[in-house]
Amino acid sequence: MEGDIAVMGQMIGAGLASIGMGGAGIGVGLVAGNFLSGALRNPAAAGEQTATLFIGIAFAEALGIFSFLVALLLMFAV
Amino acid sequence: MSVESTTEEATSGFNIHPMDQFEVHPLFGDGAIHWYTPTNVTLWMGLAVLAAFLLLVVGSRGRAMVPSRSQSVAEMTYGFVRKMIEDITGKEGLKYFPHIMTAFLFILFANLLALLPYSFSVTSQIAVTGILAATVFISVTVLGFVINGPSFIKLFWVSSAPMALRPVLFLIELISYFVRPVSHSIRLGGNLMAGHAVVKVFAGFAGALGIGAVIPITAIVAVYGLELLVAFIQAYVFTILTVVYLKDALHPAH
Repeated sequence: MEGDIAVMGQMIGAGLASIGMGGAGIGVGLVAGNFLSGALRNPAAAGEQTATLFIGIAFAEALGIFSFLVALLLMFAV
Repeated sequence: MSVESTTEEATSGFNIHPMDQFEVHPLFGDGAIHWYTPTNVTLWMGLAVLAAFLLLVVGSRGRAMVPSRSQSVAEMTYGFVRKMIEDITGKEGLKYFPHIMTAFLFILFANLLALLPYSFSVTSQIAVTGILAATVFISVTVLGFVINGPSFIKLFWVSSAPMALRPVLFLIELISYFVRPVSHSIRLGGNLMAGHAVVKVFAGFAGALGIGAVIPITAIVAVYGLELLVAFIQAYVFTILTVVYLKDALHPAH
């Protein structure tokens, strides 16, 4: 009985932790969308900024990856 | 604990657990794993190195003025990494080109080889990506102090901010500096692990659905295409972040 409640807690916690990945999705969308709107205004300058785009996406994504890691730890390591 | 309870649901012949593919096991026999035991990780890391070797050494052996297909792929990869370093750090960063090129090719080929069925994704192991990121972190920190001396600390001292804010920013910058290797390694490992786990989850659906398996198999094809993209992008992102960190060591002033 006690173990079942612990497993339930793990599963609920993992589900709650993966909400954080939605935030990363919003962040990546904002970065890419703003890049596109800027790039369409000035296409000549867009090519040089793709590296910045990927750096921005990577930083936005990092926090989502942390929450994914927490979910995985709860599911398989605790 | 929780793993057993979730696997029992799949009743059909295919009993696929999405995380089984990441298990490290010895190549020969099944004894305990020591640091010297050849495992499937060793095998696939070796194959990634072999693939990079084949591309760069054997593929461009002709040294033709008009390159063959494999030689032009090798030259494009070389030029791509070189231009990336030159754009971000300037000429002085080119000294560190060998390490960055090696890391890029290793991660790229490990990612791509992991897409083969029944292969093992080396870069989904946090231990592997952690070592890659720790190498970058330690060498960049040491390099920063060797090149700039104690003034490397200026990296954390934001001189453009108001005086009252600077100690707070110093603390924040310091924390973000030490979180770097964590996010650097988990970004690569997590992305690869998540992608491969998703493919296996859909494979589990396909096993359980029978004739309706057409839908999950279509989804697998789509996710596989995405994974091909992710394999490239994550290798690129890892490399470009390495170069950005290197730039901090070369020009620490904010």
